[in-house]
Amino acid sequence: MTDLTKLTLAEARDKLRAGDVTSVELTETFLKAIDDADALNAFVHKTPELALERAKAADVRIAQGDAPDMCGLPIGIKDLFCTKGVPSQAASAILEGFKPEYESTISQKLEDSGAVMLGKLNMDEFAMGSSNETSVYGNAINPWRRGNDDAALTPGGSSGGSASAVAADLCLAATGTDTGGSIRQPAAFTGITGIKPTYGRCSRWGVVAFASSLDQAGPMTKDVRDAAIMLEAMCGHDEKDSTSVDLAVPNFEAMLTGDIRGKKIGIPKEYRMDGMPAEIEKLWADGTEMLKAAGAEIVDISLPHTKYALPAYYVIAPAEASSNLARYDGVRYGHRATLAAGDGITEMYEKTRAEGFGHEVQRRVMVGTYVLSAGFYDAYYNRARRVRTLIKQDFENVFAQGIDAILTPATPSAAFGLGEMTDADPIQMYLNDVFTVTVNLAGLPGISVPTGVDSQGLPLGLQLIGRPWEEGDLLNTAYALEQAAGFVAKPGKWW
Amino acid sequence: MSIDESTAAKVAKLARIKVEEDALPALAQEFNAVLGFIEQLNEVDVEGVEPMVSVTPMRLKRRKDVVTDGDQQDKILSNAPDAREGFFAVPKVVE
Repeated sequence: MTDLTKLTLAEARDKLRAGDVTSVELTETFLKAIDDADALNAFVHKTPELALERAKAADVRIAQGDAPDMCGLPIGIKDLFCTKGVPSQAASAILEGFKPEYESTISQKLEDSGAVMLGKLNMDEFAMGSSNETSVYGNAINPWRRGNDDAALTPGGSSGGSASAVAADLCLAATGTDTGGSIRQPAAFTGITGIKPTYGRCSRWGVVAFASSLDQAGPMTKDVRDAAIMLEAMCGHDEKDSTSVDLAVPNFEAMLTGDIRGKKIGIPKEYRMDGMPAEIEKLWADGTEMLKAAGAEIVDISLPHTKYALPAYYVIAPAEASSNLARYDGVRYGHRATLAAGDGITEMYEKTRAEGFGHEVQRRVMVGTYVLSAGFYDAYYNRARRVRTLIKQDFENVFAQGIDAILTPATPSAAFGLGEMTDADPIQMYLNDVFTVTVNLAGLPGISVPTGVDSQGLPLGLQLIGRPWEEGDLLNTAYALEQAAGFVAKPGKWW
Repeated sequence: MSIDESTAAKVAKLARIKVEEDALPALAQEFNAVLGFIEQLNEVDVEGVEPMVSVTPMRLKRRKDVVTDGDQQDKILSNAPDAREGFFAVPKVVE
C-alpha cells in the first residue's frame, strides 16, 4: 500500500482519476497526519468537517468525469488568505476571532477547481518576518534537523507553516504569499519548490495586505510539475483587483518539456556576496553546470543596483504597510482594547494597536510612518521609489540582451535555529531576503528549487528569475534544473 | 540623521500606537539601526530617474460605474467589537 501522504499533486490527481483512491480517503489520511504533527505547529486552524464535505463533493465530480486538475486534492491555505467562516488572522492578535464573511479570490478559485482545504497555516504576523517567529500562534517548526541534533530549526518565513506542512507531508501542497521572499526562502529552507509569479498574475483580493505593490501569492509544492499545476489554478484576471492582469493563463504543465537547449541563463556577479558560505557557492556553481550540461548557454551578467534592493525594500514595504495596517483600529473587526474611564477614541486606537500588533509589526508600521512623514517623504520614500526604477531597469537591460532566466542562490544560508537571531539587530534577519527581494521590487516571476543539502544534511535551494509573464518558460527551466539535480532527500520523521 | 526619544514618541503618536515612556530609548535605537541601513540609498545617483508608480506598466481596466453589491449590513457588522442598532459603536468623538 502506497503512503498516500507522500504523493505529489500530479500522482494523486492521476490516482483519483484512475479510481485507485478517493478524495475522502486522501483527505482522511491527511487529517490524521495533521493531528499527529501538532509538534510542528504548522496547521493553526484545522477544518476537518469542511474538508470532508468538499472531498465528498470532489469524489462526485471526479466520478462524473471532466474534473479539473486540482479536484479532490487536499491542500493547506496560509492564514493570510480570508476564508469564509474560518478564522483568518494573518497570525496577529489584532485579528483574534475574525471570521470573514467572504472568500479570497485565490482560495475561491482553488475551491471551485475542487481542491480540498484542510485548514489554515502558520506564518509570520502580517507576513512580516523570515523565520515564522513573529506569529501569535508561536513558532512553526521545520521538519528538518541538523544531523542527529534535535535543536528546533526555523522553516523560514513568512510562509513558514506552508513550507513545514508540505515538507512534512501534511498536505499535498499549500498556498503562500511573497512580498520580499516569503515563498522562496521557506521553500529553500525545507527542500520544497515555491514560485512567486509575475506581479499581477494572481489576484490579491481577500488576501490580507502587507505591501500592496510587492505582494503576490503563489503555490508551495513538492516539485516543479506540481507548482505548474497549482499555479495555473490560482492565476487569472479578477475584476476585484485592479492590478490583476487580463492575460490568458497558459497550460503551464504542458510547457514542461525539460528542453532548455539554446536558452540563455544569466549569472549575476553582484549576487556573489562577501562572506558567502562555500556550500552556497558550490551549490550555485553546480547548478550552473547542470543547466549548461542540459544545453543552456551560460552568460555572465551584471545587475548593478542589487546592493540597494534591501534598503529600498525597507523603505517601500514599511511605508505601504503603515498605510495598509491603518485599518486595524478596533472599530470594524478584530481586537479592541479595554478602555479606562475617560478614554476617548484616540486612546482606543493607541491601546488597541499596542495590544494587537506584535513587536516587529509595530516597528515596521512606525518606520513606515516616519519615512512617509512631512519633511522625510522625498528623502526616503521618493528616493527609494527612484532606486526601485533603477533596479527594474537592471533586469530590463539583461532581458533585452536576450537573457531568458537568471540563476542565483535562493538564500544566503541553510535553515537556522529558532531563537538564534533573537539578539541580532533587525538588519541581520532582513539579510535573509538578499537574493529574493530584487524580484519583488521588479515585479518578476521567481522560483526556488531544492538542488542539494549542506554538510549537516539540511536542504539548500537555487532561485531562477524569469521574464515578466513567462512563468511557463521559467517553470520549464526549473524543471530541467530539478531533473538534473535529482533532489530526493526527505526529513526523518521525529514528530 | 539620528532619531531621539522625542522623535520616537512623535512617530508612535502619528502611527497611533501607544508606547510607554520607558520603552522609548530602545525604540529610538531600533529606528536608528533601520534608518542607518536605509541611508545607503544616498549613494545612488537618482538624478532624472522617475519614482516608480506601478511595477507593471498597464492601463487600469474600466468598468461601468454601477452598484455591484450592497445590502449586507449584518455581514459587515458581524465582526465588529461593538455594534449597536446597525452601526459601529465607538467612544464619544464629539463633545
